[in-house]
Amino acid sequence: MSKGEIVLGALAPHPPHVVYAENPDQNEPVSEGGWETLRWGYHRLARKLETIDYDVMVVFTPHWQTYVGTHFLGVPRFSSKSVDPVFPNIFRYNYDLEVDVDLSEAMCKAASDAGLITRMMRNPDFRVDYGTITSCHMMNPRWDKPIITISSNRNTHYYSPEVMIEQALALGRACRTAIEESGKRVVLVSSHSLSHRHFVTESPLPEDMSKEHIYNHSQYVWDMALIDLFRQGKMREAIDIMPEFTEQTIAETEGGGLVWMMGAMGMPEYPAEIYGYQSVIGTGNCIAAWVPQPDKREIVL
Amino acid sequence: MDHDIIQFGLYVPPHPHPLLSPGASEGYQRLRDAFDTCRERIENSDADLIIVYSTTWPSIIGHQFQANPNSEWVHVDDDFHYLGSMPYSFTMDSVFAEACVEKAKERGLQARTVNYDAFPIDTGSITALSLLNPENRIPATIVSSNMYANRSETIVLGKAIRDALTEEKRKAVVVVVSSLSNRMFTEPIDPSKDRIHSQKDDDWNRKILEFFEDGRLEDLSQLSREIHGQIRVQKVVAYKPAWWMASTMGQHNNYEGEVLSYEALNGSGGAVIQLTPSVGSIGDKEFDEDDVEYYRGDRNVLDQGGV
Ligand SMILES: [Fe+2]
Repeated sequence: MSKGEIVLGALAPHPPHVVYAENPDQNEPVSEGGWETLRWGYHRLARKLETIDYDVMVVFTPHWQTYVGTHFLGVPRFSSKSVDPVFPNIFRYNYDLEVDVDLSEAMCKAASDAGLITRMMRNPDFRVDYGTITSCHMMNPRWDKPIITISSNRNTHYYSPEVMIEQALALGRACRTAIEESGKRVVLVSSHSLSHRHFVTESPLPEDMSKEHIYNHSQYVWDMALIDLFRQGKMREAIDIMPEFTEQTIAETEGGGLVWMMGAMGMPEYPAEIYGYQSVIGTGNCIAAWVPQPDKREIVL
Repeated sequence: MDHDIIQFGLYVPPHPHPLLSPGASEGYQRLRDAFDTCRERIENSDADLIIVYSTTWPSIIGHQFQANPNSEWVHVDDDFHYLGSMPYSFTMDSVFAEACVEKAKERGLQARTVNYDAFPIDTGSITALSLLNPENRIPATIVSSNMYANRSETIVLGKAIRDALTEEKRKAVVVVVSSLSNRMFTEPIDPSKDRIHSQKDDDWNRKILEFFEDGRLEDLSQLSREIHGQIRVQKVVAYKPAWWMASTMGQHNNYEGEVLSYEALNGSGGAVIQLTPSVGSIGDKEFDEDDVEYYRGDRNVLDQGGV
């Protein structure tokens, strides 16, 4: 068996608005579109993924929040409806997805061996979170690959951003070990926004793009500072400023997704591919990808 | 009579153990017994409505009221999925939920009902309603906890619900679903050895329970910020349940208080408490934070020019 590898890692924000705007059959509400900058970026990334050979998508989500360790999906198939508790008016999505339980168990064990608290989630009634579903739908709308979801432990609030970073890096390294031993080709998905201050009101038509803008200029400047480091391939620096970034922009990075992915990918020193940046209900959302194999890397935007 | 609108208030914990695994520890069983006692008291009261404020249902777009007349699904907790599934079927009072939204808007709040098949009702609300009102003998509504709301907004929310109760001439049991100290153990524990996470959390919890036993709900409301700083993991901007409960129940200290149970739930402080409106007061605190009747939104300080 050849050594498994991470073929791409994506920062894939999951505002349910982008799925709503796509009007897929699976989602009940109907929209007139909206948030095209993000959606077209996702389309481009999805097209690229069709040219890459991979076996499974591994998603780290801030919307499966666990306090007692890190949990991994451990049921082969989930089929249900996901209704967003915050935006139920725009996201009621019927899903039917498969989980690579073997790799999930291997990552869980590797993380446990590394000293992290872990647990497999074996309850078949469990509903997969809308963050996972949104990111996966946008990256692979055909749903023809199995996925794995990893929960986000609430270290940032329970301890500190620094503790979260140490643990997320360790989790990432453990996942990489399990992936290499599995012989599989894996796409990693860090599912979250950057700056994360929302407007607390909504237009009568949520997709009214004349109303959409970043919550304030400070959020925008911070988002751009981070994306600039992505472009330059300075991920060590990006992780170093993460506690400050997260605090200043109440960023969704607090869950640890990007840090986990960078831990798994060995802290890339090459430029990220940038697929788009747009605000959704005031939050800052960037789609970016890190591609380890140099000849697969492109300048997108 | 105005005070008929509140039959009594309950403060109950959000974790599912009293519902799913009461036998796992003597403490969980005592919490369960306390829930059962409260269920009987609701049955023996004149209540025609249960209003749940759940700290485990966050919202962003203002305040959401559950209005699906038949809310049904099978829920599984994010952390405690191994304890089992939580099938539920709740009767919601959609007319009252609409009235709350209308009153909330009149007081300047953003509010809406939610009425969608398969809506994911939260662990805390399911635990409370399953144990307190298992046969759906009376209808309920659940109100979300807005992540950005602070004191003014939360107090005005309680007043708006009170407006709706008065106008609709309802008799409600008010249920707050919240831990006291909310720090849990972050490693698996033996349930039979569960304890409050720290001595400090336990000390503060017991002090809060003294206030509850003395019926000093308004004083607890005034102490919310201090409680938040001392024993709440800083996941949200403030400890809001006491603000909401005090405001909804009428902003005073005139209650018969009873702590039916206080136990650890995976390290957090879980208490079942009943507050029944009465006469007389032993509150001894006066504070200078202004009462607020109408919510005017953020003050937009950031837009006043930067450095
Ligand atoms: Fe999110």
